[in-house]
Amino acid sequence: MEGKRPLSFYLLGTFFAAYVLFLYGPMITIYVLSFQGPQGGLTFPMNGVSLHWFARLWEGNGTVHLGEAFWRSFSLGIVVMALTVVFSVLAGLAFRKRFKGATLLFYVAIASLIVPSIVTSLGIALEFRIVDDLGHYFFGDTVFDTTMGLFTSGLGAHMTWTLPFGLLIMFAVFNRFDGRLEEAARDLGATPWQTFWHVVLPVILPSVFGVGLFGFTLSWDELARSSQAIGPVNTLPLELQALTTTVTNPDIYALGTMISLVSFIVIAFFLALTLWIQKKRSKLPNDAGKGV
Amino acid sequence: MKALTKEKVAWLQATPMALVFAVFFLLPLLFVLIVSFWDYNDFEMIPTFTLRQYVQSFDGCITSLPSLCTTFATYLETIKLCFLVWAITLLIGFTLAYFLAFHVRTTTWRIALSLLCTIPFWTSNVIRMIAWIPLLGRNGLVNASLLKAGLISQPQEWLLYSEFSVVLALVHLFTFFMMVPILNSMLRIDPRLIEAARDGGASPWQTVWNVIIPLSKTGIVIGSIFVITIVMGDFVTVGVMGGQQIASAGKIIQARLDALQFPVGAANAVLLLIAVLLMMRGLTRAVDIRKEL
Repeated sequence: MEGKRPLSFYLLGTFFAAYVLFLYGPMITIYVLSFQGPQGGLTFPMNGVSLHWFARLWEGNGTVHLGEAFWRSFSLGIVVMALTVVFSVLAGLAFRKRFKGATLLFYVAIASLIVPSIVTSLGIALEFRIVDDLGHYFFGDTVFDTTMGLFTSGLGAHMTWTLPFGLLIMFAVFNRFDGRLEEAARDLGATPWQTFWHVVLPVILPSVFGVGLFGFTLSWDELARSSQAIGPVNTLPLELQALTTTVTNPDIYALGTMISLVSFIVIAFFLALTLWIQKKRSKLPNDAGKGV
Repeated sequence: MKALTKEKVAWLQATPMALVFAVFFLLPLLFVLIVSFWDYNDFEMIPTFTLRQYVQSFDGCITSLPSLCTTFATYLETIKLCFLVWAITLLIGFTLAYFLAFHVRTTTWRIALSLLCTIPFWTSNVIRMIAWIPLLGRNGLVNASLLKAGLISQPQEWLLYSEFSVVLALVHLFTFFMMVPILNSMLRIDPRLIEAARDGGASPWQTVWNVIIPLSKTGIVIGSIFVITIVMGDFVTVGVMGGQQIASAGKIIQARLDALQFPVGAANAVLLLIAVLLMMRGLTRAVDIRKEL
């Protein structure tokens, strides 16, 4: 394979580069435009450079209570991430053994991924509404308010989106997992818990980070499933979507830039973590055969 | 402590995930089905059994043929949109995957370039839609450039808040879902098969057509399932990029829910689900049949 590249390499390479430009170009445009001067409009040319629109956003211009929505989305993202990681790793371990209903659970997870979000969202909303109606009926309106909320119906809605990804990643990693590692640990007298903590987890750790990354970012940007099921308060993407119907000034770009910034920080964090672990491992001395 | 059997441990480990799907996915789907047979008034849903929501959804659909009723017209429109987006994402996704699988030589580069395509997936879809506004708007970059170049005499209105911008945004957002499964299939192809095809005198095109495409079929089908189900149920992209003016199967449901007409919304959700299931059945069949041959 070494040597001169064929012409098709250059053609396809150009195509790939064009796609990357198509992918990133528009996004970069709005990041740049969010730094418009106070007199600037929705499109080029730039009318000076300022943080005006970010400042306006942070003060709250009456339409968006940004700070609150920000923390709501952020805390929900963290909780979704933690639960997705734990539940996916546990389920990943379960699928390595055989158990009744394994196939069913797998298909349900796939179905959750591909059933249109609006249908799932509506279903969750109906479920909670009916529970609420029953609550009002039995406890009265004064005692009982609503079960719908960020960390009940909202959390559930997000998990139906993040868990299938988590499970698929776990499948990918356990398919390549060398079972002899566990056998060796067992033969040396490790308890199941020790085997998991000292042998299995370190091997799968980079993929566990991957699950965490998907868990947070998918929740942070989730919109379709939240639309019906989030309850009385809005998440940041819902606020952003509400703004799209009345796009009049670069407010919306500033909000977009800020939401993306959080995404990019989280992505960078997880990628750095993965690289760091791999680097640390490659430096570890090989103690094979020396005993511990 | 009595040791648990292996299967019991597995059960315990699978329980949290199973519970989440039971409470937040399966049960809700059941509620959608049940409520679609309920009635409603201005204040609340009325638990009863009626086919009213379904009958109304198809009101005049048979009698007015050959002209299409709203439901049929909307579904036809959505399926058309689906097909367009599917064809374009398949073409682009396949080409990208082919480049990554067969032209990029080192794993490090392959990972880096795949990552480059994945990063936008971890950012907000709405932002990636809004990003087209400064480019395609009336005074956007595209119109401005075309005017300057003298190619057009007045700004083109069809660039934004149109079917064109909806398709563009959907392709922009979801080519990723097509590329990844196809790449996954391609990376599993034994390189010796491709060498054999070359040694046997196959041209590069013949190799692609007769070796690579058949062996990537699983990836193509999985990608197609993702793209088709997403586009069929989409209401956010169609809403934002269509300027809330274009109808789709997902948007019918959303409009009903905004009006708090839950039983009608539920009936339409059931119809959408049936449509999606039928399309999936067709797709998975297409693969299995090939496997049999």
